[in-house]
Amino acid sequence: MSLIHTVNKSPFDRNTLDSCLRLAAKGSSVLLIEDGVYGAIKGTEKSDLVTNAMSSIAFYVLGPDLQARGVSSDKLISGIKIVGYGDFVDLVAQHSATQAWL
Amino acid sequence: MALDVGGKSVETDEEGYLTNRDDWDEEVAKAIAVAEGLDMSNNHWDVVNFLREYYEEYQIAPAVRVLTKAIGKKLGKDKGNSKYLYELFPYGPAKQACKIAGLPKPTGCV
Amino acid sequence: MSDKGGTVKKLMYINRKAPYGTIYALESLEVVLIGAAFDQNISLAFIDDGVYQLAKGQNTEALGVKNFSPTYKALGDYDINKIYVEKESLQARGLNQDDLMALTYEDEDDDWAEKNSIHIVSTKEMSDILEQQDVVFSF
Repeated sequence: MSLIHTVNKSPFDRNTLDSCLRLAAKGSSVLLIEDGVYGAIKGTEKSDLVTNAMSSIAFYVLGPDLQARGVSSDKLISGIKIVGYGDFVDLVAQHSATQAWL
Repeated sequence: MALDVGGKSVETDEEGYLTNRDDWDEEVAKAIAVAEGLDMSNNHWDVVNFLREYYEEYQIAPAVRVLTKAIGKKLGKDKGNSKYLYELFPYGPAKQACKIAGLPKPTGCV
Repeated sequence: MSDKGGTVKKLMYINRKAPYGTIYALESLEVVLIGAAFDQNISLAFIDDGVYQLAKGQNTEALGVKNFSPTYKALGDYDINKIYVEKESLQARGLNQDDLMALTYEDEDDDWAEKNSIHIVSTKEMSDILEQQDVVFSF
């Protein structure tokens, strides 16, 4: 069992995604929600940070938050899985604990 | 507060604006107009329908200035002035017509 | 210039936050619409995460909050037609003008021709525009 990390701030506004990825252990998961979903987009100044972390961490992004912000799935870094509210609950249940990077 | 429309109760705020925009239909509009002391003519409906279309497209009730200009463009210069609109809606076109249209009070309207 | 003693000032609203994570964007938009009644020389700047406010295709249905992005398209009706977006902020986020909504106004002095309100400007240009303002509102 491992941690699931949630990031809810834009990586261009706060450094919570950086802190999260610096400290997230191999085999843990990261779920991007709210303004955190901007970190899932390819071709940005933060894309490499996420892509590099993907070799050891599973990435998820909350679909309703993407839609609200007009981010279509073709703009995402490939390998990041889009999930819904029900999956959010399942993910939390499947991990040993949740760390919210507020 | 509540408004009685043909036996059905429709919820409003203390100023008479609909609480739920989805409650609106023509009968509700007529009932609000009666409460405002207005008799709905085709000219009244033109403005009310315009406001509803504007809200649908932009998600706001337009300011009086914007409404006046847009009405003039859509319905003709003779109607695109505040005199005409205040004759239809004496307590203010945006305020009174928005209420009848089931929309929130215009942004910036106090 | 008004002959009633009022002067027209250059007012700029600076938008730096993404639309739904905080209330800043919506608050700014409401203040802009209210302020439009005062006949000042208004411009809007979108920098940093503020550029996300103008993103196309926003749909908040699943979120259960109001999608206020269509309201930006009404700004032209309120005679607000100087909308500056910093190019560097777009680039950092992998965006370009095609990712933004088209915002237009009808030019009264040019037979109501429909014109583009959005100007993509460099950091240097944005800095110069900021320097010209009499009043700046930050959101």
